[in-house]
Amino acid sequence: MQALFGQLLVGLINGSFYALLSLGLAIIFGLVNVVNFAHGALYMTGAFLAWLMLDKLGIGYWPALLLSPLAVGLLGMVVERTLLRRLYQLDNLYGLLLTFGLTLIIEGLFHHAYGNSGSSYPVPEALQGGANLGFMYLPRYRAWVLLVSLLVCFGSWFVIERTRLGAYLRAGTENPRLLQAFGVNVPLMMTLTFGFGVALAGFAGVMAAPIYQVSPSMGSSLVIVVFAVVVIGGMGSILGSIVTGLGLGLVEGLTKYLYPPASSTVVFAIMAVVLLLRPAGLFGRER
Amino acid sequence: MSAPGLQESRALYRLGVITPGRKRLFFAVMLAAGLALPWLVYPVFLMNVLCLALFASAFNLLLGYTGLLSFGHAAFLGSAAYVTGHAVKVWGLPPELGILAGTAVATLLGWLIGSLAIRRSGIYFAMITLGFAQMIYFLEVQLPFTGGEDGLQGIPRRPLLGLIPLESEWAMYYFVYAVFIAGFFLLYRTIHSPFGHVLRAIRENEPRALSLGYDVDRYKLLAFVLSAGVAGLAGATKALVLQFATLTDAHWHKSGEVVLMTLLGGMGTVMGPSVGALLVVTMENYLSGYGDWVTVIVGVVFVVGVLAFRRGFVGEALHLARNFPF
Amino acid sequence: MRKTASFLMALALLSLPAAVPAADKVSDGVVKIGVLTDMTGYYSDLAGPGSVLAVKMAVADFGGKVLGKPIEVVSADHQNKADIASNTARKWFDEEKVDAIADLVSSSTAGAVMPVAREKKRITLLSGPATTKFTGSDCTAYNVHYTYNNWALANGTGAELVKQGGDSWYFVTADYVFGKSLEEEATKVVKAAGGKVLGSARHPSPGNTDFSSYLLQAQASGAKIIGMANAGGDTVNTVKQAKEFGITPKQNLAGLLVFITEVHALGLETAKGLYLTEAFYWDLNDATRAWSKKFQSHPDNKKQYMPTMVQAGLYSSVTNYLKAMQAAGTDDADAVIAKMKATPVDDFFGKGVIGPDGLYRHDMFLFQVKTPAESKGPWDYYKVVKRIPAAEAFPSVELQACPLVKK
Repeated sequence: MQALFGQLLVGLINGSFYALLSLGLAIIFGLVNVVNFAHGALYMTGAFLAWLMLDKLGIGYWPALLLSPLAVGLLGMVVERTLLRRLYQLDNLYGLLLTFGLTLIIEGLFHHAYGNSGSSYPVPEALQGGANLGFMYLPRYRAWVLLVSLLVCFGSWFVIERTRLGAYLRAGTENPRLLQAFGVNVPLMMTLTFGFGVALAGFAGVMAAPIYQVSPSMGSSLVIVVFAVVVIGGMGSILGSIVTGLGLGLVEGLTKYLYPPASSTVVFAIMAVVLLLRPAGLFGRER
Repeated sequence: MSAPGLQESRALYRLGVITPGRKRLFFAVMLAAGLALPWLVYPVFLMNVLCLALFASAFNLLLGYTGLLSFGHAAFLGSAAYVTGHAVKVWGLPPELGILAGTAVATLLGWLIGSLAIRRSGIYFAMITLGFAQMIYFLEVQLPFTGGEDGLQGIPRRPLLGLIPLESEWAMYYFVYAVFIAGFFLLYRTIHSPFGHVLRAIRENEPRALSLGYDVDRYKLLAFVLSAGVAGLAGATKALVLQFATLTDAHWHKSGEVVLMTLLGGMGTVMGPSVGALLVVTMENYLSGYGDWVTVIVGVVFVVGVLAFRRGFVGEALHLARNFPF
Repeated sequence: MRKTASFLMALALLSLPAAVPAADKVSDGVVKIGVLTDMTGYYSDLAGPGSVLAVKMAVADFGGKVLGKPIEVVSADHQNKADIASNTARKWFDEEKVDAIADLVSSSTAGAVMPVAREKKRITLLSGPATTKFTGSDCTAYNVHYTYNNWALANGTGAELVKQGGDSWYFVTADYVFGKSLEEEATKVVKAAGGKVLGSARHPSPGNTDFSSYLLQAQASGAKIIGMANAGGDTVNTVKQAKEFGITPKQNLAGLLVFITEVHALGLETAKGLYLTEAFYWDLNDATRAWSKKFQSHPDNKKQYMPTMVQAGLYSSVTNYLKAMQAAGTDDADAVIAKMKATPVDDFFGKGVIGPDGLYRHDMFLFQVKTPAESKGPWDYYKVVKRIPAAEAFPSVELQACPLVKK
């Protein structure tokens, strides 16, 4: 029983990464109507920037938590302005293909520069050590990750669903022309939203750096799982993607305890079941 | 998803530039060229191109003609390769039965994945196919019969029909060429049949096709299954050409590659995917000394292709022919 | 109908090329060595450009010529993909008249190239692939398996640690063929030495970055030694997270396949106390130090890393290949291989014999990673726990049972 709780807690922490990433993806898809395949690569970029800042400039974890997402967000905005914008009048599958190409470019460049052994990123001193919870020893850093992810996720949800800015975003999702007619600068809003979405990915990357190796391939298999999360949760809903991300982390943790060989495929199996029973996704509204 | 290449070829039909007679001549010339090529070019390279050209053409049936972007087609290529490899190496089947086994498994997988995937459309469809392909990839990593990271090595080339030896690269080439022609012919006839016309109608305007009384889901599923099966045929044959089956064929990079081949060659054109396959294989071959730059360059080609070259080579050629008829 | 006609025509034409015998003139004025390695992926640091450098150094130190003919080194990246490796090997053998292919580094690529080399009668010098079968059931007449194999790793780390008191084990295993076979071999060894295996946790690979659940299970088992039957990024992550969860130093980690470049990536603070078996370490003696310093400070060594056992093994195997060719007086593969197997090896890399099955049996070392306090400088990472003599370190010729070896 104790081992089970330990696994579930660890699963929840993993789920918080899924939640952060699927949140960013859902926000981008909601307003900008682009499925950002490069989300995983940008998550990796966020982690690498944090590592580079430490290695070359001596900038530590705490400033990196702010600076790295900003840089990634900026990069995202440039990409949206110069490349993605040209595809908006076309089928959104072209956007997927473009971001797929971007993924190859970003990953290839990092691979070329840094090989694949991965680089070490130290846990910040304030968060080292841990607490013995009885059923397991919980590293303080992991608890921090869980806390911050939940804060950021629900904070974003609150902004989108309960504030005026969020109301503009949601209006832009439903009827951009009308919103523009009301005087809101919709293209600017789209650029900023895309930037925010990828900044979330970069933020997740910085948080992941001390736990996982910072390596050029850290984003690629993750992004496909996140896609599955988003299909299961239904892309229309912000809350849906958060809850699904966390939930799937839990399910994965459970699977690792009960039947480890299935843990990498359980997410897709669930996707199959959801498609059979509730094709629009658990929280989705068919777009 | 609109297929710019298709619009070009239709325009050329209407203008009388493409006539049945000219088409027959074109294909006869292509056929003869294919027979003569191994004298000029390294046969193993050619066989690789042929298998991937068949793969891309199968994919194009789904993307260019039905408008469905499947991001998981590598699952069919890879699974068929493994099944054929196993059938030939371990069960001792002759090549034609081995290929049949591989193709059958790919078709079955296509039916399973397709039935679930068509419940959503557009982007969701793409992501679902990607998800299932990844699942199959992980299964193939773990299952003992695939050999995991090592892959299935040393697949023998038994005599075709028990009589014709295929060990030499030349004999194998003509066999692969025959398989390619057969698969390509099947796709071609499907595209130009009433079934193919309904597919195109679905691509152009699904609600309208539905309102005309077509069981759209059934058509999409059939197209998916056919596409998966021919992709499997390509994979099965490739396993016998290279005499091994590895995880590379089932990796999502491969799924992306086939999209690139189709995009670059020309979506919705008959010859486009084959041209695209030739281009991509040649490019990767000659860039193989540059390591990671290959990935970057493929990415750049993708981005440029999506932004400025959506008709693909064949599509652009047809477009030019339309504007400069002679 | 058209298909049948062209097919029959093709068959008729087939008789022509079949008449031409497989021209296997190995050399034509130049001896070419091809370094086929992973330049950009998981193994690029432990092999990769460093491997090419090692071979180039070997050729230069040999004098750049053998039997009066110049030696040329070519290289290519197989990206750890068996298909790329096989295609490149074919092209090299058929079109570029390469005489020997060295490195290969991963078992899947080696497994793909060895049959091609056998078909074309060219030599493969393996440094890096681990599969024991390459000199066992899958042996070929033209293969030399240098540096190490799975059996040596499992034996070195497994048996020695049990003798040192680590008699209860738990495995964290990569759930694919390589990991599972490594776990299997290590389990056999541990049990034979009198130890117990309390269980194992299989993790998905590649693509898995979180080992917390598997480590928790290892921790719960209470085993004295946690054996990591995985490699590369998986091992690095496992070690990192074991530290994070407070598993080390109470339990000891044993890496079944670890390279000095990975310890370098981890850092001593995280990797301290880790047990591992390697064939080579730069700081073993004056000879290894001298050669390694040359390697590290070579202008082509961009990252200025110390050599790994794979790279050192390559230098040694290529040097001995060239020596054998010189002694045999010809570049015919059969003669060269026979000479290699008949000549004992004695250089900075080690002392030993290439057996009739192609396996180079030499001493292996069980190392433990130093603590930061014990380390006197960069790359001063290992202390020697035990030197394992060749006869114990590698499986015997009888055990390997390569079908080519006459009883």
